[in-house]
Amino acid sequence: MGHVRPTDEQFFRTMIRLRHVEKALSDLSASGQLRGSLHLCEGQEACPAGACAALEKEDYLTATYRGHGYVLAKGTSLDKLIAEVLGRSTGLCKGKGGKMHLFDQEFGVLGTNGIVGAGVGTACGAALASKLDGTNRVAMTVFGDGANNQGHLMECWNMAVLYKLPVIFFCENNLYSEMTPLSRSHGNINLSERARGFGLHTESVNGNDPHAVFEVVSKTADRARQGQGPTFIEAMTYRTTGHYQADSGTAYRTKEEVEDWRSRSPILLLKQRIGAIAEEIEAEELAIVQASVTKALSEPTPNPNQAMTEVFA
Amino acid sequence: MSKMSFVQACNAGLRQELHRDPSVFLMGEDIAHYGGMFRVTEGLLETFGENRVIDTPISESGFMGMALGAALAGKRPVAELMFIDFGLVAMDQILNNIAKTHYMSGGSCPVPMTIITQGGGYRGAAAQHSQMLEALFLHLPGIKVVLPSNPADAKGLMAAAIRDDNPVVFIGHKQLFGKQGEVPDGEHFIPLGTSNVVQKGSEVTILTYSFTVDLALKAAEAFPGKVEVVDLRTLNPLDWETISASVSKTHRVMIAHEAHGRCSVASDLAGQIQHRLFDELDAPIEIVSALDAPIPFALELENEVLPTATRIEAKLREMLA
Repeated sequence: MGHVRPTDEQFFRTMIRLRHVEKALSDLSASGQLRGSLHLCEGQEACPAGACAALEKEDYLTATYRGHGYVLAKGTSLDKLIAEVLGRSTGLCKGKGGKMHLFDQEFGVLGTNGIVGAGVGTACGAALASKLDGTNRVAMTVFGDGANNQGHLMECWNMAVLYKLPVIFFCENNLYSEMTPLSRSHGNINLSERARGFGLHTESVNGNDPHAVFEVVSKTADRARQGQGPTFIEAMTYRTTGHYQADSGTAYRTKEEVEDWRSRSPILLLKQRIGAIAEEIEAEELAIVQASVTKALSEPTPNPNQAMTEVFA
Repeated sequence: MSKMSFVQACNAGLRQELHRDPSVFLMGEDIAHYGGMFRVTEGLLETFGENRVIDTPISESGFMGMALGAALAGKRPVAELMFIDFGLVAMDQILNNIAKTHYMSGGSCPVPMTIITQGGGYRGAAAQHSQMLEALFLHLPGIKVVLPSNPADAKGLMAAAIRDDNPVVFIGHKQLFGKQGEVPDGEHFIPLGTSNVVQKGSEVTILTYSFTVDLALKAAEAFPGKVEVVDLRTLNPLDWETISASVSKTHRVMIAHEAHGRCSVASDLAGQIQHRLFDELDAPIEIVSALDAPIPFALELENEVLPTATRIEAKLREMLA
């Protein structure tokens, strides 16, 4: 089982595309063309790039409101995702979901979620279905350090262990639960230790190294497919922007701390490693993202007569 | 036809659907090995096995979320909330996620799941085990709600709830669980959105559902031929055709239910009826519901807060004066 590990160049391509998407969304938000709140994942790109490369197209994914990177890395069409966040009728969810609510059954994406931790149960349920039907599909659910304090997660961890579900709990520990550091929100900041208390197998990984993330997700996905149950992965990473577009990210963190992490950004590290070809890839991906934005902006907005459709199936 | 209790009819409905569709499975607290707090799932584990009838921990939020995920992954889960009151622990999953997923996904992710539960008082179970909370589920778009009042309807509506491609909340009532009635043998299915005129009458229409149907019928005995009792059976979708026909005949309406009166099914229906059928009304719409206090424990207090046949009868007397 398992995929061939992508090369540095391939990982760089995935991550730089996500970074370009971040920049494009940020610009669109600043110019008023993108409505609503925007939660960027700048600095954390190695997690989606590494984790999703280790999953099959059919595997299930749920993620947070900062989860668009995972959705794209899972395989969802960039055009459809950009159209959705710009509220177009051609979007992934016809403009009804928006940036925090992305669904794509074709790639197993069972929702990003506006409620912290809420998609964890969904992933466990998909994993249960996989187990009951013997389909061998794994479910991965992505959440942050802050979600570890939600009761829903603890209920789900217990049931995942109890039923030996093929589910991966992928925790992005970016050191801040929104604007509050772990030291002021977690009685025990050792998240893996907490998870082990539920009987979960745990792994810790450098979330800024896509290769390491790929390896650990591959290993735990294999483990899940072999019937050995769930894993809690703690990926250490850092969000180099604010929590959302109006947060500079420096009111509760020092500039030095942010700069230090920025200097260790996974994109920067791989860029240095692959050399001259990086700029070529960067330009190619920029063109792809720009074309996608241009296309989405030219596409129709939803007809108001669609507001009352699809309340029920 | 076979005579059986409401609980046995629920069980028969579940059995029918488990046999019919292999994607149906049940999950909930004490439902498998124990057979369910109220015996609704008795014997199902033995017949269908542990992959179809699953005991869960006491984790309503967790297993409601799992039911959603399983539904999105091709299953047709039936999740039991032992008491509807416990659903409040799971409201983020039910109202923020289960109710909204189909819409938020632009129609690409239907959620064919059923929540079966029970509510209601009159048994000294006090404030956290006696509530009728249907209005909470109805307030948010995206959920259907059914409340059968007798064994035959329980079986037929169970089938409709499970076969529906949307989230449906199926609410039984403690006072109905032992109620006996004739239930069709074999396949039985009552489409959602069909109410039932359980008693015809000429002067007043009582719109009601669940156990309050029995109270309304008892109260109506004092006024032979005058009171039409409509068992709504499903609150979303609503059977406007039957409601309109009855109101257009009697021109007087009482809405009777056990739930609290503020922001309730009754207040909503009263608003809709005055808007849709204003010219048909000869008198103000009357409401008999629980008083707006938590359900108290002591018998004398509970009987004061919850609607009774006597209160409905007194209101009918006023309306017919």
